[in-house]
Amino acid sequence: MTKVVLPELGQGIEKATVSYWYFKAGDKVKEKDDLVELTTDKATFNLPSPCQGILSELMFQEGDTVNVGDILAVIEEG
Amino acid sequence: MWFEVFDLGLTDFHKAWEFQKDIFARVKGGLLESGLIICRHNPVITLGRSADRNNILVGERELIQRGISICEVQRGGDVTYHDPAQLTLYPIFNLNYLKKDIHLFLRQLEEVIIRLLGDCGIEGKRYPGKTGVWVDKEKIASIGIAIKSWISFHGLSINVKKYGLDNFCLIRPCGMDIRMTSLETIIAKNITIDALKETLVCKFEDVFSSAYGQTVKASPVKEEVGR
Repeated sequence: MTKVVLPELGQGIEKATVSYWYFKAGDKVKEKDDLVELTTDKATFNLPSPCQGILSELMFQEGDTVNVGDILAVIEEG
Repeated sequence: MWFEVFDLGLTDFHKAWEFQKDIFARVKGGLLESGLIICRHNPVITLGRSADRNNILVGERELIQRGISICEVQRGGDVTYHDPAQLTLYPIFNLNYLKKDIHLFLRQLEEVIIRLLGDCGIEGKRYPGKTGVWVDKEKIASIGIAIKSWISFHGLSINVKKYGLDNFCLIRPCGMDIRMTSLETIIAKNITIDALKETLVCKFEDVFSSAYGQTVKASPVKEEVGR
């Protein structure tokens, strides 16, 4: 099981908004697939999948605010 | 870091978007360190990820009559308008060579415009939380970027010609009740857009070299006629 965590996006950036999920829970994902798009200020940032597997859980919905270090999703590797 | 400069001239938004994707793929694949696309767009309203369609203040029929198209795009931000009176720049910069910091990058894009304005004797300003460049209370340059694999795309536009400002009344730019201005409006004389291109490239070199503590250098401008 791999937890997908919101990484550091830059100095002074503590949170971002989930703007788009490229997959839904239960979908297969490959390593480096765009997983989720986040928005901060006037920038969107695409977070890639860290591994291949089944996206078992999305912890936030589009429109939610997330903090750096928050777990965004869980992937069952394989 | 080297960045290759591509001048598309006047082009449709969709064609420039296809070109952005092409350069992005070349940067991601290691064929280019980075790229900077310079162009002007035919009239278009673009909607960023945070856009509210209510910020387009007129109906589709009026937009068609005025020859303005609408595009949804992957950049951050709300609604904006482009036309040939602006110079638009798309820095496809590999931040893995510079620093993985979104806000630092946004501030440098603002700095490029502020220094260009400084050369014209104009004081460009930032307002915290309102990304872009302002002259007094009016906005002169808009910024909206996207980042994938720590490579940037989309970018910034500066209003140059006076005639382009009229159509901003059709939208609430960036979702705000603001006034836009242009270089020509402020300095009250004719400006040739092409004359600004080389200066802007030099500003990118200076600003990014200084901010990231390394030499950031442009290749000679490539004409990409017919795009």
